[in-house]
Amino acid sequence: MSNLAPMLSLRDFSVSFDTARGPLYAVRNVNIDVADGESLGIVGESGSGKTVLSRGAMGLLPKRAAHRSGTVVYDDHDLSQVPRKELREYWGTGMAMIFQDPMTALNPVRKIGSQLTEGLRIRLQMSKTDAQARGIELLTRVRIPDPEAVMEKYPFQLSGGMRQRVMIAIALACKPRLLFADEPTTALDVTVQAQVMQLLSELRHEMGMSMVIVTHDLGVVAGHTDRIAVMYAGEVVEIAPTKQLFANMQMPYTEALMKSIPRLDAPSGLRLPVISGRLPDPTQPETGCSFASRCPYVTDKCRAEAPPLVEISPGHSYRCWFPIGGSR
Amino acid sequence: MAGSGKAHLRNSEEIILRVEDLTMEFPAGGKKFVRAVSGISFDIERGETLAIVGESGCGKSTLGKAILQLPKPTSGSVNFQGEELTTLNKDALRDIRPAMQMIFQDPVSSLDPRLSVAKIVDEPLKIWDRGDEMWRSNKVDELLNAVGLDPALVRDRRSYEFSGGQCQRISIARSLALEPLLLICDEPVSALDVSVQAQILNLLQDMKERYGLTLIFISHDLAVVKAVSTRIMVMYLGKVCEISAPDELYSRPRHHYTHALVSSVPIPDPNVAARRTTLEGEPPSPMDPPSGCRFRTRCPGATDLCAQEEPQLHEVSAGHYVACHWPRP
Repeated sequence: MSNLAPMLSLRDFSVSFDTARGPLYAVRNVNIDVADGESLGIVGESGSGKTVLSRGAMGLLPKRAAHRSGTVVYDDHDLSQVPRKELREYWGTGMAMIFQDPMTALNPVRKIGSQLTEGLRIRLQMSKTDAQARGIELLTRVRIPDPEAVMEKYPFQLSGGMRQRVMIAIALACKPRLLFADEPTTALDVTVQAQVMQLLSELRHEMGMSMVIVTHDLGVVAGHTDRIAVMYAGEVVEIAPTKQLFANMQMPYTEALMKSIPRLDAPSGLRLPVISGRLPDPTQPETGCSFASRCPYVTDKCRAEAPPLVEISPGHSYRCWFPIGGSR
Repeated sequence: MAGSGKAHLRNSEEIILRVEDLTMEFPAGGKKFVRAVSGISFDIERGETLAIVGESGCGKSTLGKAILQLPKPTSGSVNFQGEELTTLNKDALRDIRPAMQMIFQDPVSSLDPRLSVAKIVDEPLKIWDRGDEMWRSNKVDELLNAVGLDPALVRDRRSYEFSGGQCQRISIARSLALEPLLLICDEPVSALDVSVQAQILNLLQDMKERYGLTLIFISHDLAVVKAVSTRIMVMYLGKVCEISAPDELYSRPRHHYTHALVSSVPIPDPNVAARRTTLEGEPPSPMDPPSGCRFRTRCPGATDLCAQEEPQLHEVSAGHYVACHWPRP
């Protein structure tokens, strides 16, 4: 983390939901900073709380169902104290989000042009002609061929990769300083996935944005992030600069996630290592380490007592009593 | 690419499925047709796992369904265990269907949310009137156990109570109920998390050994199929580009498209990932495919010949076939 004040800073950030079985703790005491111009990856399985974390940080969670605690400081403003109506002032120009599913996140009955220029017209109060021209420029920027024609099309007329590019163009329309990308490539083919990740990285450098990429695939963020936070059962279990994390991972969960990625350089026909078991029930927080029930190295201490987040080198912290690099 | 040709077909008694010149066209208004599959030939030996790989829209799912005659292909032949499926009448085809089963991409929506898990797995047995109720109930328990679910815990629950990976396990149990010979898996893990993906891939391997299955594994991800397949067929825009055993295909992809696919796979290493090449653009429309080799519009090695003449599949090394005028070294 840099010495400058971070652009976004989460402190003791927690989110819970009311369910019939009692409160469900989706995000627990997360402390994360995002620096100016930085790219942060948030990696974890389905249900680890990564999506709730990013939506919670932007204030996009349903008000009635979700309870937030802790602080979200964006650019010296504590967003947790800002009324919901005023939060809109921060959306689009301050923070923007690309949603996972490009099929459902676009409105099927409105033309691309109208969805793309909406933010420009409302947030930046552009005239119709200016917004139209800027819309075409944005589509060009996300490498959509024939942007004038695409402005007049409906989402169903575009392929998945094209729709995701449109989503990116919409998110970038008002030049946000911080872009959240929630599983931006999960719904896409491998070839298109590579293109979209490349595009996001280029745009980030061009526009000097900060970016938070949320994904379940460590492989996707390896080449596109400065730092990675690994989440498990609502907690950050390891956070480190990307190269440091891959070179010197400490938490057994990070190792397990890494090993379960099918690799081209592995011999064919071998069994893939798996993480046995499943995420703990989020309505019943564990007393010990949340990964204890699935960890290959578990001891009695792990079941009894939750490990704190400890720093091993600048910016590299993990939660584990018996880290992989340590004396095991 | 994307050539035709049958040089790769084998002459063996172990062949259980042979597909020749299969085409599948769908009317697209006016006099236009979408040519989803254009003249594909391949065969599968008993016990093999053939992976069919390609981007969205290359016709790989259509091909999988056309084998099952869902619907009947426009032309070509599908020979399954000596029976020509394309000419069979409805009843005869129905009698053969239990031997060919399919599992689908989206595990949640392919299970009936109103049925209990036991009913879902029992349904094929009931429809085919196998055994009495007691026998079927035992069979359901055996199948659930085989896919790693505890029958006592899951029997009476509904599919929406389960995660995506567990739903895929239920789908697999259902597909195995009638003891098929051939199992067609259409993107069985692409909707799942990386960690769950590995569990399902391992399970499919186990089931293959335990029940002596032959698998067709359809996927867009070369890294995923590497773990499970014995032979890989790469498709582009309704045609075959390359067929080979996996290790050979990955270490030495001869077709330019295969090479692009291989280099698109994300590498979980921050030092390597920065200098990858990616494939530009998207596949052309299957309504109006390019002349000659269908990949030429995106191919770094295309020449005039590629526009004029469609390359045929030819053998470049033992068991490795490629349809390209200018294969990579």
